[in-house]
Amino acid sequence: MDIFNKMFGKNNVSSKTVAKERLRLVLVHDRANVSPQLLETLKEELIKVISKYTEIDNSALEVSINNSEHSVVLVANIPIRVRRSMNTVC
Amino acid sequence: MGEVIVVTSGKGGVGKTTTTANLGTALATLGYKVVLVDTDIGLRNLDVVMGLENRIVYDIVDVVEGVCKIKQALIKDKRYGSLYLLPAAQTKDKTAINSEQMKQLCGELKKDFDYVLIDCPAGIEQGFKNAIAGADKAIIVATPEVSSVRDADRIIGLLEAAEMDSPKLVINRLRPDMVKRGDMMDIDDMIEILAIDLLGVVPEDETIVISTNRGEPAVTDKNSKAGEAYRNIARRITGENVPLMNLTIENGFFQKLKKLIGLRDS
Repeated sequence: MDIFNKMFGKNNVSSKTVAKERLRLVLVHDRANVSPQLLETLKEELIKVISKYTEIDNSALEVSINNSEHSVVLVANIPIRVRRSMNTVC
Repeated sequence: MGEVIVVTSGKGGVGKTTTTANLGTALATLGYKVVLVDTDIGLRNLDVVMGLENRIVYDIVDVVEGVCKIKQALIKDKRYGSLYLLPAAQTKDKTAINSEQMKQLCGELKKDFDYVLIDCPAGIEQGFKNAIAGADKAIIVATPEVSSVRDADRIIGLLEAAEMDSPKLVINRLRPDMVKRGDMMDIDDMIEILAIDLLGVVPEDETIVISTNRGEPAVTDKNSKAGEAYRNIARRITGENVPLMNLTIENGFFQKLKKLIGLRDS
C-alpha cells in the first residue's frame, strides 16, 4: 500500500491521524471552556500588564492551552527584549 | 426496581434512535420487560423505526399533563414479548415537559419495567436536560468522525456536571475497510480521546437501512452484522461478559486484486 500511496503522490499522514490531532486540539479548548477569542483577550491584557515592568516582544508573544500528562495547562511564551547597554534601574 | 438508561450523543444523525430501538428489542427478546421512551418532542421517530407509528393514541406530553394514564399511552409491541413504547408528541416542542416531570415519569416506569430506555434528542438544550433528568445510566453513541466525537466529549462533560454515573460508549457505523487503510479512527483512538468505557461497536451495515424501511429492528435479522453487534451490547447491559465481535477484514486474494485494478471494497 505504501508504495502505491507514494506512486500516486498521496499524503503520507493518514487522514485518521489528522483527525485525531485536530480533535485533541479542539477538545483541549472545549474542555477548558476557553475559546480562541478569550485567549486573544488574555494575550492583550498580559501584554499590557507585563509591559509595565519590562519590555517584551509583543508580536512574538504566544498564549496557548496544552494538554500535559494529566492536566490542562495555560502556557504563555513571552520573549523579553534584552539590550546590551542596560540603564541602571531606578 | 428497574434501570433507566438514556441513549444520547449530542450530534444528530449518529444513530441514537436506531440504537434505542435495537437495544430495546434485543433486551425484550432476552426476556426482560422493556419500555422505550421517545423524548424527541416535535421530531418523534422512534415510533416509525419500530414500525408502531399507526398505533399511537396518546403521547408523553399527554401523560405528563395528566390527560391520560401512563398505561393508556404505552404501546405494546406484540412481536417481541414484553416491549413497550411511550411515543413523543409531534405537535408540541421540548418545553412541553420539564426535568422534574421527567424524573417523576421515569420513577413510575422503573417500578414496572426492568429497563427504561430513553431516546434523547440531539442538542444540549431542554430536550437533553429532560432526557437525562431521570436516568440512572447513560449510553453515548458516537461515530468515528471528528464532529461526532467532539459533541460526544461535550455530552460526557455535561453528564459529569449532572453527576451521572460513568457513561458507556457505543461506537456506531464503524467501517473496518476504512480503519484498515488509516482513513477512519479505530476503537482505540475513540476510547483514548473520549476516555470512557466501551460498551460495544456497531459496524456500518446496510441492513440497518433495510430494517428501518420495514419498521423491524435489525436485531431480529440473524444475518445482520449490526444486529449481531446490538444483540451483544444488550447482553453486556444485562451484565453478561460478551467479547467484541471480530470486525477485521481478511486481506484475501480477491481484495488484493480489486485494489490492484482500482476497485475499493466498501
